[in-house]
Amino acid sequence: MAKLILSMETTMLKEIPLSKERTTIGRKPHNDIQIDNLAISGEHAVVITILNDSFLEDLGSTNGTFVNGQSVKKHFLKNGDTIELGKYRLKYVSEIPQQTSSADFERTMILRPGANQHQPASGPVPAAPPETPAAAPMPAATEPGSQATPAHMATSPGMAPQPAATPQAAAPALPLGAIQILSGGNAGKEMELTKTLTTLGKPGVQVAVIARRPHGYFITHVEGANFPVVNGKALDTQAHQLADHDVIELAGVKMEFFLKN
Amino acid sequence: MDMSAVLEVVTRSEPGMVRTNNEDAVMANPVSGFAVLADGMGGYNAGEVASGMATALLGEELEKSFLQREPSNKETSGKFWAEVVLETEMARVNGSIYQAAQSQPQYSGMGTTLVVGVFHDNKVTVGHIGDSRLYRLRGEDFQQITRDHSLLQEQIDSGLITIEQARHSQNKNLVTRAVGIDPEVAAEIHNHEVFPGDVYLFCSDGLNDMVEDDEIAMTLGALSANLELCATQLIQMANDNGGRDNVSVILVKVKEEFPAARGWWSRLLALFK
Repeated sequence: MAKLILSMETTMLKEIPLSKERTTIGRKPHNDIQIDNLAISGEHAVVITILNDSFLEDLGSTNGTFVNGQSVKKHFLKNGDTIELGKYRLKYVSEIPQQTSSADFERTMILRPGANQHQPASGPVPAAPPETPAAAPMPAATEPGSQATPAHMATSPGMAPQPAATPQAAAPALPLGAIQILSGGNAGKEMELTKTLTTLGKPGVQVAVIARRPHGYFITHVEGANFPVVNGKALDTQAHQLADHDVIELAGVKMEFFLKN
Repeated sequence: MDMSAVLEVVTRSEPGMVRTNNEDAVMANPVSGFAVLADGMGGYNAGEVASGMATALLGEELEKSFLQREPSNKETSGKFWAEVVLETEMARVNGSIYQAAQSQPQYSGMGTTLVVGVFHDNKVTVGHIGDSRLYRLRGEDFQQITRDHSLLQEQIDSGLITIEQARHSQNKNLVTRAVGIDPEVAAEIHNHEVFPGDVYLFCSDGLNDMVEDDEIAMTLGALSANLELCATQLIQMANDNGGRDNVSVILVKVKEEFPAARGWWSRLLALFK
């Protein structure tokens, strides 16, 4: 479960687990996190927690809410974020799921009313109204009318592209590869292989692709009757790993692959 | 109409780098012109059972239905036969999986996402439930055609989080609709126009959770001349980025137009009008 760590200057004051859907922060005593200081508004901010995600929302406080030095109205909290309220600091710590559950964690699961399949029993999973298992609980600030009605909104094919995860494992430092043209009109030209895929050749005649992978560069035949030739040897349909100073022949053009430092 | 002359289809499904079993299932019938992708869920091997049932049942029933009648036939309801068939057959598959899950304890709680595309008369009729997706590359333009039935999509729609924030969300794996979980489920069904040169990508979240949309678009663009290699490359990118889930893709390239045959009598009739 995620938690907030309250501190003032260098003194740690308290740890607050985010066990509720709404955790309020303010000067008045009814707040979940009460900070009795005049710089803090009566109802200053709220942290909304939905399963494993938490959001911070400023409740129109006089002096504002800051996260990592930036003034925020609404903020999606990430592990290590520091919320600043006057002289006080609240650090958001979201515990990494344990190794045993991490496989489970990636598993697709259905979100159903009343069913708490994802979290340990202590976590208050917001229950959706029974007729609309699709409806996720929204924070008070969001108008109820703005809830999703996917069936009606999806008629247009022109919707925004969906998010994809940031690739988990950053590629280990692979020296940058490049191609230098050795023959033909473009002889001497150099091209850095920065993209995941670089296509070479003439579409419809002969095309090959060089894929940049974490452990090296690989060339593969894409189309055309002739296959690319590497160091005098024609490739088959399989990908071929390129070594420094390999010479590639493709659509009548010679080029050299090399690694930059 | 034999669609295999106008469509080039490649299907691929792999377990990824972390899991030992593959709970995804894919099938395509290039002759009838449809493709089905399912991402199963549920303990032990039940996810595989659910996705396997979905692709097998739909593969059989859709083929039968489209032999009876062309998918582009207009029904009295004003809908295409393809839409009617998808509605009834996806509902029926839901019933079968639900029944199996209820009656056999080892299958309890199993379910699957589903995305189905039927190509007919220069159109594609798409039905989906859950977060498996259909994308389309048309020229430079790369679009997601289906909208996920997921908690994250609802949070994006309601303005709670932005698309950028959604990338970092911990709630990626929660779907709000699935096949086989409840006695009834509504499939979302839409028709889209198809142009020659279009490339369609059906995929499970094992691809789009691991590979950015930009990278997927670039791969389709660069390798559309060789769909087999394109599929291999997509799966390789998901695996290179961690491959935490099963990865499945179906690629469909439209080689030329495929208007429905109108029959000689209708052409003859048109002459006299």
